[in-house]
Amino acid sequence: MSSYLISGGHVIDPHNNTDDIMDVLVEDGKIASVGIGITSDKSSAEVIDASGKVIIPGLVDMHVHLRDPGREDEETIESALRAAARGGFTSVACMPNTEPVIDCASVVEYVKRKAADVGFGNVFPIGAITHGLKGETLSEMGELVKAGAVAFSDDGRCVMNSRLMRRALEYSKMWEKPVISHAEDSLLAKGGQINEGYYSTILGLKGIPAAAEEIIVARDIILAELTGGKVHIAHLSTAGSLELVKQAKERGIDVTCEVTPHHLILTEADLIGYNTNFKVNPPLRSSKDVESLRQGLKDGVIDAIASDHAPHARHEKEMEFDYAPFGLIGLETTLALIITDIVGSGVISLSKAIELMSVNPAKILGVPKGSIGVGDIADLVILDTNAVLEVDPAKFESKSINTPYAGRKLKGVVTDVFSAGRPVIRDGMFVTELVKR
Amino acid sequence: MGTALGYWEQEKSSLKLKNKDLVSINQLSKEEITLILDMAESFKSISKRPIKKVPTLRGRTIVTLFFEPSTRTRTSFELAAKRLSADTVSISKSASSVVKGESIKDTAQTIEAMAADLVVIRHPASGSAELLARYIKCGVINGGDGSHEHPTQALLDLFTIRERFGKIEGLKVAIVGDIAHSRVARSNIFALKKMGADVVVVGPPTLIPRDIDRLGIDVSYNMDAVLPEVDILYLLRIQLERQGESLFPSLREYASLFGLNRKRLEAAKSGLVVMHPGPMNRGVEISAEIADMPQALITTQVTNGVAVRMAVLYLLLGGVEVE
Repeated sequence: MSSYLISGGHVIDPHNNTDDIMDVLVEDGKIASVGIGITSDKSSAEVIDASGKVIIPGLVDMHVHLRDPGREDEETIESALRAAARGGFTSVACMPNTEPVIDCASVVEYVKRKAADVGFGNVFPIGAITHGLKGETLSEMGELVKAGAVAFSDDGRCVMNSRLMRRALEYSKMWEKPVISHAEDSLLAKGGQINEGYYSTILGLKGIPAAAEEIIVARDIILAELTGGKVHIAHLSTAGSLELVKQAKERGIDVTCEVTPHHLILTEADLIGYNTNFKVNPPLRSSKDVESLRQGLKDGVIDAIASDHAPHARHEKEMEFDYAPFGLIGLETTLALIITDIVGSGVISLSKAIELMSVNPAKILGVPKGSIGVGDIADLVILDTNAVLEVDPAKFESKSINTPYAGRKLKGVVTDVFSAGRPVIRDGMFVTELVKR
Repeated sequence: MGTALGYWEQEKSSLKLKNKDLVSINQLSKEEITLILDMAESFKSISKRPIKKVPTLRGRTIVTLFFEPSTRTRTSFELAAKRLSADTVSISKSASSVVKGESIKDTAQTIEAMAADLVVIRHPASGSAELLARYIKCGVINGGDGSHEHPTQALLDLFTIRERFGKIEGLKVAIVGDIAHSRVARSNIFALKKMGADVVVVGPPTLIPRDIDRLGIDVSYNMDAVLPEVDILYLLRIQLERQGESLFPSLREYASLFGLNRKRLEAAKSGLVVMHPGPMNRGVEISAEIADMPQALITTQVTNGVAVRMAVLYLLLGGVEVE
């Protein structure tokens, strides 16, 4: 296997407290050495000049909808992994709301096998909490874990039955796997299209109150306390939810949470004009919520940033607002959005941002990713934080184009990606021998 | 306020609206609203002639595209178009067929291919008129989209108010009923505020949408407290199918708290007028006897609707000499 000496880059590796100009030596698919003035014993090592660039661990997106199996017209495991690589993510955790649902070992195995066939990147399947996401009976969690599921979630739907959620949190303790909560009281949110408030009122769209999320966040925290299970709040979006998580953490309850770039950047005011690419669940909230979430990043209450990449067919998004599906895609824009709008405006440092997109989600999911330590599998990304990325859906690797950011000019271009020590993207181009179309 | 004839003599460019579409009252300036109302005044006189037709829009095609059943709005638009000598085509679709697959984009492209000059759309989903306007080059009039807006209703209401009071500014209007789900309420709030009237919305808190006071209006849950203070009582239709949603316990209780009846009317300011966009639920939001009293302008609203829609059609299609 080829060796690479990536030299003179700014290594940001929060897991190992590295934030300095260094060299990284990759041998046999692993990190052989990290330090200043490294030379390779192997004369064959290819030297990659990373001066002026940033070297980060391959990022981990813990909330992705692959649409494969079932809606391969919207995304496939391969197109998603290409999109992920383009956006600096070498690992994705995929939600089980596919057709069929990831609620049994065979579907987990399908996802893993198809991911392996792509030849790069890692897919970590998340198993369903309940059979068919119906919220009625627990899925066979033991079998799912054995097949490779890293967590459980009914994402897209809330487990409304508190007794069942309690059982899930208890039962999953056997493997210390988190239960990822899609926190939405489905009756309070019923028929809702956007955040409830001034904008839902003037647009005449049915509102989803913040309370629909907060009630379930509160419930799941209480259930985590009752059971000692691990609860992770997906796509947390309101100031109230954040406050609940903050208090729970102070009380020592095992709760973690993620936020999406769109809940940190966009607001409900963006719904003026009824652009369905801004229709997402949880809905874009108020500017006050956005401010709180940004403060939550600063305070360290928020554990992870995840894209909630949700591809939808163009013809489905081109419907009337009420009939269009919820969701937007984010694998190819998340990193640049965070660098531009969050790091760029001084909310958190680049190192903190990388932590939230690498080692933290890896820890929550219990997967050995997000680190550039000696002996680690060499998932690496080289990033030019000054280069400009113009968001052009026509150029996306994703099969879908439902992004609200089309036309935006962002800072932060991924120039090189290594997956298990093998080059996937070099100088901005996919390495051709990996591409199996 | 000047007669519409004054406008005929002005430059043609002033006889146009800024936008090709009328999807929201917010697209119109105060001056444009006044222009529409003034022009509607002269069009109203056409409706009183024995031959109620002028050749102004001869050769123009106006499509009414209704995804929701409607009698009065559709008839009103068709009558307005016909009195201006435009050709009209009606397309009715059930919204369910749309959900099944024929998107508004396809419909827009079909209409475009037929070289229509203007489309009037009525649709149960908010934002649909704006969506159609994005996909189609010709003008679009919002004939009611979901709970969002119904701008021509608000314009005809303004016209009716101005005709009765000689002004709009400074009047106090109570809009009573299901504000949350009413496109008529939204368009009227925007229009009345723009023209300088004061607005109070009245209803049970379950029917008052969040943060509506940010539109610069008052909110009241007490019909009897509001009645003595207002010049115009605008009653909204209570949609009977909402009963199942626990927005209020029963029609009986709604009528007792917010229904207008003779006894309640005794507390009103003298000169109070009662308006309703129709169709009425007699015995719920309004008692039968009140609906037929002279202070009820409900049929006048219908009459004025045709004139106002003639003005809107005329102005959107961009002014040819009227005869």
